[in-house]
Amino acid sequence: TSHNQLHPLPLPDRYPLTPDPQPALRVGKMDVCQHFLETEDQEPPGPDKHVTLFRLEVCVDQLALPRSSTDHWSCVNVCPFLFFYQMKVKVLSRNPDDYVRETKLDIQRVPRNYDPALHPFEVSREYTRALNATKLERVFAKPFLASLDGHRDGVNCMAKHTRNLSTLLSGSCDGEVKLWNLTKHECVRTLQAHEGFVRGMVVRYCGASFFTVGDDKTIKQWKMEAPGYGEEEEPLNTILGKTVFTGLDHHQKDAVFATCGQQVDIWDEQRSSPIRSFTWGVDSFSSVRFNPVETELLASCASDRSIVLYDMRESAPLKKVIMTMRSNTLCWNPMEAYYFTCSNEDYNLYTYDMRYLDRPVTVHMDHVSAVLDVDYSPTGKEFVSASFDKTIRIFPKDSGHSREVYHTKRMQHVICIKWSSDNKYILSGSDEMNIRLWKANAAEKLGVLAPRERQAANYNQKLKEKFQHHPQIRRIAHHRHLPKNIYHQTKELRVMKEARRRKERNVRKHSKPGSVPVVSEKEKHVVTVVK
Amino acid sequence: MASPGEAVVGDTHVGEKKKPTSRYWEEPQEDGKNENKVVKDGEQTEQSLEKKTRQTQKAKKRKQEEDQGDGNKFISGKSDPFPGPAPIPEDRLQKFKRRDKTKKPRRQHYKLKDMITRSEEASEMAQKQAARFDLLLPEDAGFLEGDEDEDTCTISQEDIADVVDITSATKYFDLKLSQFGPYRVDYSKTGRQLLLGGRRGHVACIDWQSKQLMCEINVMESVNDVKWLHSEAMYAVAQKKWLHIYDSNGIELHCIRKFNDVLRMQFLPYHFLLATASATSFLQYLDVSVGKEVAAICTKTGRLDVMCQNPHNAVIHLGHSNGTVTLWSPNQKEALVKMLCHQGGVRSVTVDKTGTYMVTSGMDKKLKVYDIRAFKPLKSYFLPAGASCLSLSQRGLLSAATGDIVQVYRDVWNTPVSKPYMAHRVQRTIWGMNFCPFEDVLGVGHGEGFTSMLIPGAGEPNFDGLDANPYRSAKQRQEWEVKALLEKIQPELISLDPTELGQVDRATFEQRHQDRVKALGFDPLAKEKFIPKYKKKGRSSTGSVERRKRQVAHEDQRDVIRKTAEDKMKIEKERKKREKKEAVLSSQRSALDRFKK
Repeated sequence: TSHNQLHPLPLPDRYPLTPDPQPALRVGKMDVCQHFLETEDQEPPGPDKHVTLFRLEVCVDQLALPRSSTDHWSCVNVCPFLFFYQMKVKVLSRNPDDYVRETKLDIQRVPRNYDPALHPFEVSREYTRALNATKLERVFAKPFLASLDGHRDGVNCMAKHTRNLSTLLSGSCDGEVKLWNLTKHECVRTLQAHEGFVRGMVVRYCGASFFTVGDDKTIKQWKMEAPGYGEEEEPLNTILGKTVFTGLDHHQKDAVFATCGQQVDIWDEQRSSPIRSFTWGVDSFSSVRFNPVETELLASCASDRSIVLYDMRESAPLKKVIMTMRSNTLCWNPMEAYYFTCSNEDYNLYTYDMRYLDRPVTVHMDHVSAVLDVDYSPTGKEFVSASFDKTIRIFPKDSGHSREVYHTKRMQHVICIKWSSDNKYILSGSDEMNIRLWKANAAEKLGVLAPRERQAANYNQKLKEKFQHHPQIRRIAHHRHLPKNIYHQTKELRVMKEARRRKERNVRKHSKPGSVPVVSEKEKHVVTVVK
Repeated sequence: MASPGEAVVGDTHVGEKKKPTSRYWEEPQEDGKNENKVVKDGEQTEQSLEKKTRQTQKAKKRKQEEDQGDGNKFISGKSDPFPGPAPIPEDRLQKFKRRDKTKKPRRQHYKLKDMITRSEEASEMAQKQAARFDLLLPEDAGFLEGDEDEDTCTISQEDIADVVDITSATKYFDLKLSQFGPYRVDYSKTGRQLLLGGRRGHVACIDWQSKQLMCEINVMESVNDVKWLHSEAMYAVAQKKWLHIYDSNGIELHCIRKFNDVLRMQFLPYHFLLATASATSFLQYLDVSVGKEVAAICTKTGRLDVMCQNPHNAVIHLGHSNGTVTLWSPNQKEALVKMLCHQGGVRSVTVDKTGTYMVTSGMDKKLKVYDIRAFKPLKSYFLPAGASCLSLSQRGLLSAATGDIVQVYRDVWNTPVSKPYMAHRVQRTIWGMNFCPFEDVLGVGHGEGFTSMLIPGAGEPNFDGLDANPYRSAKQRQEWEVKALLEKIQPELISLDPTELGQVDRATFEQRHQDRVKALGFDPLAKEKFIPKYKKKGRSSTGSVERRKRQVAHEDQRDVIRKTAEDKMKIEKERKKREKKEAVLSSQRSALDRFKK
């Protein structure tokens, strides 16, 4: 072998006999010595070296230890009385079987060691991963899924099915109502519900029937399933009202619904006249919504720029807040139902706390034209808004600016918007007769994810969150392409706002101190609260 | 309605409430059960600390705790003698600590405070889990212990090879390659492959554990240095004139003519950068993933033949003939740091794995240890022969080549070392030396070939399979390569402190303002200079213009004066208010006043 050919060793001057640290061997060697001393040779082996050597050799040979004869010579020469060195040594020696898989059918073994010293550049590598994840998110951001066409006029209202995820109802400006199967992207039923616009639509909480109101001053209740062969398409119930209805909403668990128009009416399903009517000196309302938690509460948007709150059990409205511009629709937060968000004509959305109407909790800006509709996600963390500027925007509930904007070349003014009950899709109905299906998370992969895939997605999400404020990552994550006109209009609005602020500052500078108070953006849009 | 009898009872026992009679369904109350528990061995465990902090919290929480205490009980009524999770020793927790706790902001930033609290909780949990996992690591580090009053340096390699197991014994071997002159040595990142570069052109790569030769070529030119690239498929050879890259079959992949007269090379595995130091005093960086030169720095310090990298922050250390060691990053044309380390020239430099210590040896025959974070000398040793070549192992063993003797020292930075841990003599002068990662092996290249030595306790016993796995299959290597390339760190991120990227940039207002001015091209907060309007009918005479200017200036001055006056008034008002309050308080008669004279 190679080491036998080596030249004499440089440093050790005496040659140690070295027992192995492994216990079995060591015991064996110790036994050799003990045995030798006690039985074979009673007197100390001083004078007769040769005998000692011989016997030791014999013993060692019996144990089959790899020793050459010279070792024992030196050993005995160093010390006539058998001298024993204790050297303990351990060298790293791994059994490969512990580190590779046994058969091809197994998965590979990956031993881990989380010692930070073995993982240098932790932060930089995480940052690189986060940057990659952010870039990939933008690469995979393809939110548009499908367009449902079939309406012969602009889509004016939509309703989610309360029990079925794949069903959507839509009503158009020619009085037609369509039921859609979202998984197949097809229309399953069409019915001519009204003459003129279908103004409002709502599915009953049980999911068996739905209500529509139209410009023909009627409220109609329809069965959810299609009529049998040969049967005529007829409403279950028709109520003829005195004035035009502009919206309706159904109670969460009672057979009661509310409509709005000239006044807000509460209807019992069994009766043909309203059980209660609310008016507060206004001529028309555009939207009415039941509170999803405090089920007896309602809110409505009135055309005198006010939002009115009602309790169904009382005879008079509770209170109202008057704003500088008219609100079009409102939506309650399904999780924190004391918050509601209204879409306003002044391009903004306002989230109010029902208890403190004197100033909104958050003002959501980004649209460049009137906001027409708003709907909350079922988690209550985000909401989506539809605007006259032909875009859809998604806002986190407590953020002043949108996290996402959706638009296509062909989509015109978006009139109605819904967030699906599984929190995954967004549906928009627009002027050019189409309903569009979008992903709520633009880069999300649809379908069933493998566990590793999901883990990777979660990890990437966490990384993006962790490094979201780094300028390079923020720039990529926030960049959105916008249509030219919207881009320029945004810029223009910014300039206008800046000018207004500058003017106000100058006015304040040149007036009597205190006479021009600083009004915050939140307070600016509220005129008054009336109780 | 309460009966009159009850009312009487209520009157007589003022302040005392009758204890409700105990019922069999109520559990007996054990007050202070938790508090009286003895902390074992006086060692403060996590749990006891946690308990203490909890006690200080609100009553509501205390109630919750009591409920939890009841939860520890078994159905039989016995209480758990070891409630809660097992304690983790403090020193092990310390090993996985990333940073100190951040100071929480004041009350008004409640959202931020909440966020910080949550992230700290998460990192604490991760730290604890990692510390717990540490118990399960399969391997222990090697060691060598002599008898009492026996030096371990007297134990020869043969002895060790004799007593250890057969697999380890085969790791002590000698390659006789006397023809092509002194050898440079490099181990691959996983420690499986060995690359030898002979001065006279012999280049060989070997799977050194199975002793299989992967390739062997003679480049017919002098070889200055050899280096593995990111995997065992490619290596770089610094030849007489140019830098060449070969694959593991010995096929020349590239001849890079931009890199000439290279003497030493270092590969930064996480950045995919090959740093080269040349005889023309150029330090060049080659991105091997895209084949582009990232930076070429003229160091203007003469021939560069002493080089090493700091594995902690990827900074390159160069040693110079005037005794200085300079630190370089590809982002800066100047050295990051210049240190005067030796009286004569610097012969060798090495930095430990954690980036804490730098060991240098010089022509003055000294061996010096520096704390590279604080740039302070820690220890200085005198070696009679002087060390020509230094190398640090993963577990901090230092090997120094003095002529033809390899000496290995243990723990040179903490305790003053007088004797080597191990020593070995090879046949001719040592030319290159490297510890093998994850093995107790030191490879020594010398004039007569190559010697692989057993150094117990040199290598890291437990590798991380996702980082460098010596037992990986071809498929695993491919996957690792893709992942590693995806998370290649950009060269711009190389800096002295690699954690800087994760820290909050607390730029001062002034700094931010300066940046803003730079970005905008003007100072948005600067006061507009007043330029008086030109007025007709002789009203823009020099005098009147000057007067108008003065008026505006006075206006501004008045603003300042008004503001300071208001502030003063406010302070005065507050002072008066306080005095008044004090006066009211002092004028009140106290019960003790009657004793005053």
